[in-house]
Amino acid sequence: MDSATSDPGAHTRPPLRATASDGVKIVVVGGFGVGKTTMVRAVSEIRPLSTEEVMTQAGVGVDDTAGARGKTTTTIAFDFGRISLDEELVLYLFGAPGQKRFWFLWDQLFSGTLGVVVLVDAHRIEDSWYAVDRLEHHGIPFIVARNRFEPVAHTLEELREALDLPEEVPVVECDARDRESSKRVLLALVDHLYALSSAPSARETAS
Amino acid sequence: MSPHALDGEDPDRLYTVTGGRSRAEDTGLDLVTLVVSESDAAPGMQSEHARILRLARRPTSVVELSADLALPVSVVKILLADLLDRGMVSARHPSSATAGARLPDPDFLRKVLVGLSNL
Repeated sequence: MDSATSDPGAHTRPPLRATASDGVKIVVVGGFGVGKTTMVRAVSEIRPLSTEEVMTQAGVGVDDTAGARGKTTTTIAFDFGRISLDEELVLYLFGAPGQKRFWFLWDQLFSGTLGVVVLVDAHRIEDSWYAVDRLEHHGIPFIVARNRFEPVAHTLEELREALDLPEEVPVVECDARDRESSKRVLLALVDHLYALSSAPSARETAS
Repeated sequence: MSPHALDGEDPDRLYTVTGGRSRAEDTGLDLVTLVVSESDAAPGMQSEHARILRLARRPTSVVELSADLALPVSVVKILLADLLDRGMVSARHPSSATAGARLPDPDFLRKVLVGLSNL
């Protein structure tokens, strides 16, 4: 490879198989410091990368008296990792903040996402309220995973109540630093999606 | 060009890179669309285009290119649209993003489950 100095990141990670053809997205959403990147790193085949998206749009209201300069810019940064699932399928796992401006960009960035893991800090459950509300609003399937840094006093059922989650939404415990534990979270999400997709009513409700 | 923090990105530079175009949403490119170079970088090419052609010799997602180039995703999509128009890269689009229905079919999800279980 030439220009090894100009593209340092690209040359320190393994390339995808030549047969890779179908990218799949799963998003891990959570508040600052809850362990999103830790979870991505735990299961990713590459060191997590980060990038950002910028969206500029006209200010609210077409008749903005401020005139043509009335534009707002929304920027969100996110991390991601990669997991080759088979010869064709490649899963991209995104760690993203759950704040308001993130949901502003959801359709632009994450439409077609398989599902979402809401990563919860047991001591800051309120950080997850907004994300859960938005996911339910968008009709995006999700599970809740409590990242267990230390022993916690509350049960998962109490967490379910605190987040006002419907019965069918799985709530699991994890250690985001641990590869097997994080892998189980992803499996729990895809199991949930599989159950939703296999349900007799899935086809009708999806349309 | 050295990698740099996107937060400090100069809007004028982004404007220059994209030639002032801002229609990333029309490119049909997803974050996880896999891009493959179909030709080598030519002398005199815009440097970002040349870098994409070098980076995507093996399938590389739009979002990985964005991270490698230290450019916002929408800017990379516009750069890729130029290369696609000229046949210099090909794009492998995600099946789940084009399916329309919110939930993929069970067979597809089963493949994801098997892949994850084998990790």
